[in-house]
Amino acid sequence: MNTRLRQVLGTDTFLPYWLLLPTLIFIGIFFLMPLFNAVILAFRSDEGVFTLEYFQRMVGDVRFIEALKYTFFLALTIVPIQVITALAMALLVNAGFRGSRFFLYIFALPLGISDLAAGLIWLSIFTQHGFLNSILYSLGIIDKPIYYISYQNIGLTFLAVVAAEHWRATAIVMVILVAGLQMISKDYLEAAEVLGARGWKKIWYVILPLLKPSLQSALIIRTIFALQTFAVVLALAGDIIPVLAGEAYFWHFFYRNSHIASAYAVLLMVISIGMTWFYLKFLKSRMEVIRG
Amino acid sequence: MSFPQLLRRTLLYMAVLTFALWVLVPIFFIGISSFTPRNEIYLWPKSIIPSHFSLDTMRFFLNSYGVLTSLLNSVWVALLTLAFTLAVGAPAGYAVARFYFRGREGFRLGILITRMFPTALLAVPLAVTFIKWGLYDTLIGVALIHTAMALPFAVIITTGIFMGVPKDLEEAAMTLGCSRFGAFARVALPLALPGLAAAAMFTFVISWNEVFAATILTVHNRTLPAHILTTIQASPLYFRFAGGFFMILPALFFMFLIRRYLFHMWGGATAER
Repeated sequence: MNTRLRQVLGTDTFLPYWLLLPTLIFIGIFFLMPLFNAVILAFRSDEGVFTLEYFQRMVGDVRFIEALKYTFFLALTIVPIQVITALAMALLVNAGFRGSRFFLYIFALPLGISDLAAGLIWLSIFTQHGFLNSILYSLGIIDKPIYYISYQNIGLTFLAVVAAEHWRATAIVMVILVAGLQMISKDYLEAAEVLGARGWKKIWYVILPLLKPSLQSALIIRTIFALQTFAVVLALAGDIIPVLAGEAYFWHFFYRNSHIASAYAVLLMVISIGMTWFYLKFLKSRMEVIRG
Repeated sequence: MSFPQLLRRTLLYMAVLTFALWVLVPIFFIGISSFTPRNEIYLWPKSIIPSHFSLDTMRFFLNSYGVLTSLLNSVWVALLTLAFTLAVGAPAGYAVARFYFRGREGFRLGILITRMFPTALLAVPLAVTFIKWGLYDTLIGVALIHTAMALPFAVIITTGIFMGVPKDLEEAAMTLGCSRFGAFARVALPLALPGLAAAAMFTFVISWNEVFAATILTVHNRTLPAHILTTIQASPLYFRFAGGFFMILPALFFMFLIRRYLFHMWGGATAER
């Protein structure tokens, strides 16, 4: 592989490094340095002493356990639904019917929509006099508005957030899966057909195992970003549902305590790394079993 | 067409249409909310289609305190981000696309990993650093962190774009007397231009949509999402709806323009992992 690459690409000795230099410097200043500082902020007091005080205060906060719980709940609910929906969408547009290209672009539209805007869009649906209640009323199903978003109905509020995040971020999973589907060689599919695998059988035994790398990437990317869910929750549910990223924001913004905000950020990082490790380990063995 | 085939076709189209409606109807809802007369937002029972089309809500939103300023801030931040990102990232993309060098794969993986870290992890410590540097609450400060967030995408995308420009053309130009830079500027760059424009728009959208870092790093000079987020609890529903609609307009427009490149970008981001 490397020798082939060496032949295809040039082998100037210094030029490529010069071209990389701006990016490396930028990453050093605006990624590595803050990363380092975040850990310092979380573990060192203003007097310069190592301390676990900020983590203790974070864990002792009344909202901490709730935030941790909802962050995990959200990620664990949203990501599987998203992967299934995205897989269905990707397989549909990949079926190659007339107009499939057009539908692909429509499916990809939410890629351009921010989490904040998505929260506000679904607020117009779930608010007291919003579209959902209006539709249910005009169908004669309800005569008084249902309060989807309130402290009395945390379950419904949670589902509203799930609906909004599901709607917003499924597109990215779909795009990754479509890209993966397009890379599957037609030979495999033809061989499968010749050997009699059609329809669901073809999808389950041929396409899904070959799609494994894309599924893995999509799962990792989506889980990491789902753990950071923030503006959707804030726009839709205010502070009814606390999440970790939201707590980091509150501690920095309202209480002006960047130590505890950093403690939350570091915790998020540790969880993200843990989840990625889990996926890499778990998905690998799992998929090999399926492949037989 | 036989009956089973016809049935399959029909089911296929029904499924695709259902998904399409699921994507489009909420956008349609926020659209009509933004053009509903303000008092009708709170009516019960409320009709889904407003009694008349009204610019009242949009006008209220745009004339609200701080909106126009933050809108301009957002545009500036997004343009700065775009300039920084391409200036820093495109050379790296070119290097990865054109040269084999030690650390090439490590660089590609490393740049991807930077995007995996929580935004809070960068924004909170950078706020502290920016206060020391005098960059706190400035548009340049926000643009710099947005650049850090957009850079991985920019490198991946530009790599894909430059790989799509045949190397032979540049070599031909060099045998005909162009310098290495001349060959790049006269041959590779013009051919890569449409792709680079798409990358630029994508970067613009990333910055335009970003809210967490923008909120953490500013007090007065807020971008539009930061302004909406920090005033959200105190603002009436029609303000929020108009704000939501206004934020998605340019994003949807740019996404439509670069639709053909989307798969390039995301496909490339994950294809080789």
